[in-house]
Amino acid sequence: MSDFPFLSVLTLLPLVGAVVVAFLPRTRPGQAKYVALGFSLAVLVLSIVMWVAFNVGGERFQFRESYQWIPTWDARFTFAADGIALVMLVLIAILIPVVLLASWNDVDESQRSVPAYFALLLLLESTMIGVFAAADVFLFYVFFEVMLVPMYFLIGSFGGPRRQYAAVKFFLYSLVGGLFMLAAVIGLWVVGGHTFDWQALVQASGSFETDTARWLFLGFFVAFAIKAPFFPFHTWLPDAGAAAPVGASALLVGVLDKVGTFGILRYCLPMFPEASRWFAPAALILGVIGILYAALLAVGQNDLKRLVSYTSIAHFGFIGIGIFAFTTQAGTGSVLYMVNHGLATGLLFLVVGMFVARRGSALVSDFGGAGKLVPVLAGLLFFAGLASLALPGTAPFVSEFLVLIGTFSTHKAYAVIATAGIILAAAYVLWMVQRTTQGTLNPALAEAPEMRKDITLREKIVVAPLVLLLLVLGFYPKPVTDVINPAVEATMQDVGTTDPAPTAVANGRVAR
Amino acid sequence: MGDLTLPDIDYGALAPMLILFGAACLGVLVEAIVPRARRHGVQLTLALLSLVAALVVVIVERNTRIVTIGGAVAIDGPSIFLQGSILLLGIVSLLLIGERSIEAGGAFVSQAAVTVGSQKDLRQVGSAGGATEVYPLTVFSLGGMLLFVAANDLLTMFVALEVLSLPLYLLCALARRRRLLSQEAALKYFLLGSYASAFFLFGVALLYGYSGAVDLAAIHTAVADPSRSEVLLFGGLALVAIGLLFKSAAAPFHVWTPDVYQGAPTPVTALMAACTKVAAFGALLRVLYVAFDGVRWDFQPVLGAVAVLTMLVGAILAVTQTDMKRLLAYSSIANAGYLLVGVLALNKEGLSGTMFYLVAYGFSVLAAFGIVSLVRDSEGEATHLSRWAGLGRRSPILAGLFSFLLLAFAGIPLTSGFTAKFAVFGAAVDGGQTWLVIVGVITSMLLAFPYLRVVVLMWLSEPGETTPAVSVPGFLTSAALAIGVIATFALGVIPAPLLDLTNDAANFVR
Repeated sequence: MSDFPFLSVLTLLPLVGAVVVAFLPRTRPGQAKYVALGFSLAVLVLSIVMWVAFNVGGERFQFRESYQWIPTWDARFTFAADGIALVMLVLIAILIPVVLLASWNDVDESQRSVPAYFALLLLLESTMIGVFAAADVFLFYVFFEVMLVPMYFLIGSFGGPRRQYAAVKFFLYSLVGGLFMLAAVIGLWVVGGHTFDWQALVQASGSFETDTARWLFLGFFVAFAIKAPFFPFHTWLPDAGAAAPVGASALLVGVLDKVGTFGILRYCLPMFPEASRWFAPAALILGVIGILYAALLAVGQNDLKRLVSYTSIAHFGFIGIGIFAFTTQAGTGSVLYMVNHGLATGLLFLVVGMFVARRGSALVSDFGGAGKLVPVLAGLLFFAGLASLALPGTAPFVSEFLVLIGTFSTHKAYAVIATAGIILAAAYVLWMVQRTTQGTLNPALAEAPEMRKDITLREKIVVAPLVLLLLVLGFYPKPVTDVINPAVEATMQDVGTTDPAPTAVANGRVAR
Repeated sequence: MGDLTLPDIDYGALAPMLILFGAACLGVLVEAIVPRARRHGVQLTLALLSLVAALVVVIVERNTRIVTIGGAVAIDGPSIFLQGSILLLGIVSLLLIGERSIEAGGAFVSQAAVTVGSQKDLRQVGSAGGATEVYPLTVFSLGGMLLFVAANDLLTMFVALEVLSLPLYLLCALARRRRLLSQEAALKYFLLGSYASAFFLFGVALLYGYSGAVDLAAIHTAVADPSRSEVLLFGGLALVAIGLLFKSAAAPFHVWTPDVYQGAPTPVTALMAACTKVAAFGALLRVLYVAFDGVRWDFQPVLGAVAVLTMLVGAILAVTQTDMKRLLAYSSIANAGYLLVGVLALNKEGLSGTMFYLVAYGFSVLAAFGIVSLVRDSEGEATHLSRWAGLGRRSPILAGLFSFLLLAFAGIPLTSGFTAKFAVFGAAVDGGQTWLVIVGVITSMLLAFPYLRVVVLMWLSEPGETTPAVSVPGFLTSAALAIGVIATFALGVIPAPLLDLTNDAANFVR
């Protein structure tokens, strides 16, 4: 079974789906929706089979495939997945059908092409899978850049009022990051001996000159920091998150942004270990600033989608410090955080989208007392909010806790400051829930006819898997951590750090 | 009187040029003999056939490596590759030039000598006739380009420069619409071009004084001898380089480009942007790599500064443009900068990457100008950017193709724009020119903005009252568009075959 070319099929299947859906007639939108859903479910099934076939105790990289592409540059179609990539692939495969179902009626058939929307979502899935499955730097870069195009059109053609501005800002920010990375990729190719193979480059990285490695690290890191986004490269996300259709927003923060943190783990740390250690203090400080600053901004937002976007910038701060704390615990926590955040924020965005679809507005001030009209939806918003603030019993708690204790063992001060972010998280979530669903009923809200309709069957199907996963992983995260752990340990070995023994915790410095 | 020994002439190797020059002369006769009504068809067929025949000969002669007619012409890897590229791109440009279904009589005026705005001029606007002299002129120009990239001595190169330039000056003046703009463009191009030619010739004279010879191999030998005058050497090199950089549209010798690109008939603009660029860079590569290899450390920083300036000027001024043809002109200037980065790598990869870039860019830019020629209203082409608003709603396929080409210009992967940029930048880092690559990357960021603005205009803006209709392209334009777009995509996804070809070709004979 492990001989089956999982990763290339997984990348190509949604692409085929996108092409098929794009050519379906615009006049019969239902057909396009079902075909798209069918393809995404096929991808989901395949990814689950792959999860089962993954040998937890086996090699770090599995399902390796490699095909000739551009021999002159030694660029190859090389796919391989370690535990980190595997969990992200499965997360994508879960989120896409959920998002497709959630976006079922989002496109106004008289104005916009329904097949185009669903085709773009499938195209996005294909490129996202490609990014996580690639084990060739050139191939990774190609997917990294191409990923922008479907997202750009999703925001620009199907988004809200400020969609043009948001789409252009998103594209330019990402492109600037991507071009920095291009310079670094070229440099890496030259100093690494004219190859793009990940493994060969990691082996060659020992002989890089210190300065060269630091510059190359910076090229990659800026691209990933913009993508993630880390403070101060984050300003595009609230605009894009607010303007994009909710399905696309959920994917944007749920998966697309993880490419940044994934890239740091897969490319920056193993290839430039010395530079990673050298830049770690700066990255930690950016992470901590991001946690506090974005959380404060989130408290002050009046637009639900912007608010959720800011919360995820804060969460990316946690992921960032977890990565640069260089302990296995914190690293595992970060990767787990990437998964859980995809589930929790994805759910939050989708539930917010259900509110927005009913009210026709995303402003908090347009709601108020909505719980009296739609109690089940209000409860869901509350649950999604709690998951997002990492309440014990929900999955994000496990990861946030792991990040904090892992960071505490090497960087006490940062961990302590970051803990303040948890309090702010409680503030923005609870206040948001209170202002939208509780208190006296906003009279304008009662007049909106759609607001009388509580959750529909389709919406139940949308939220059920996410709620279920959040609870299950909150109580029993072991299946996921078992997959992640070996990969994180290997990454930490690449960086050349060892976990401090429990007695050395008091030391408080980076283990070198 | 000693015996006059005739130089060896390898007619097979020279055949592509001979075919084109012969066909062009024949084209002049066709003008005289064939009745007006049938000229267009006959001329177009003749021109296309001659290009195809020349291309076949180039392919047959692909393994020839020879210096022939007394050292005047070198048929080696780069010249064969570049000749093939010029012919291929020339065929596609001819398809655009020959299009007559978009507008009665095509893009060219029937009698260019008629005073603009006179009664006679008003009558001929609506007439179905169009100048058919454009075909022999184009073929002459393409023949000059073939010789330009193969010229192995500076005098032959000068002759080729004139043969390729003079018909282009004329072609620029032949637009059917906005004739004053077209004539102004032609005059500007002609005057500045003459200066550039004069510079080139003066440089040749200085180099002759320096080395006692005009052929590149002899100059190469002379450069190795330190006892000669450096003033003559560098003065000559600088003046020759100015002549070549003018044709390549590199800053600060670029000022003609936007005006000429805007004023010339769009198919001619396409021809200049694609083929002339190949020819100019082909000659620049040969001069620098063959003759002046020995002083590479001296000219590298100077030309590096030119490259930086070119990229910056092209990228920054592109941001401010409001006319599609001027936007593409500045983009073409910036691309000249990227090509110079490849040239300055001064290694085999640089040579190979530059040749790859020339082909990739040529096909994309041909298709882009092909699309520009389709967006029109009753006044002719609607090139102002504001007129393109909402085009994506009116004609999604065309706007989709144009967006794809713009993404290629922006260097997004899976387009030839990305692989080409990677080829030249990679070669330059390899050649120790990292600073040029960094400037290249930064200007790429700047350039993404104007491209993206056009994409936004087409797709995300509502169509205005004045959004022009898009003409249904005739067979010829459709074919040109299809070739350009397919090449852009294919070279982005499977660049390996062409890269192998350029790698194999990347060896000059001396």
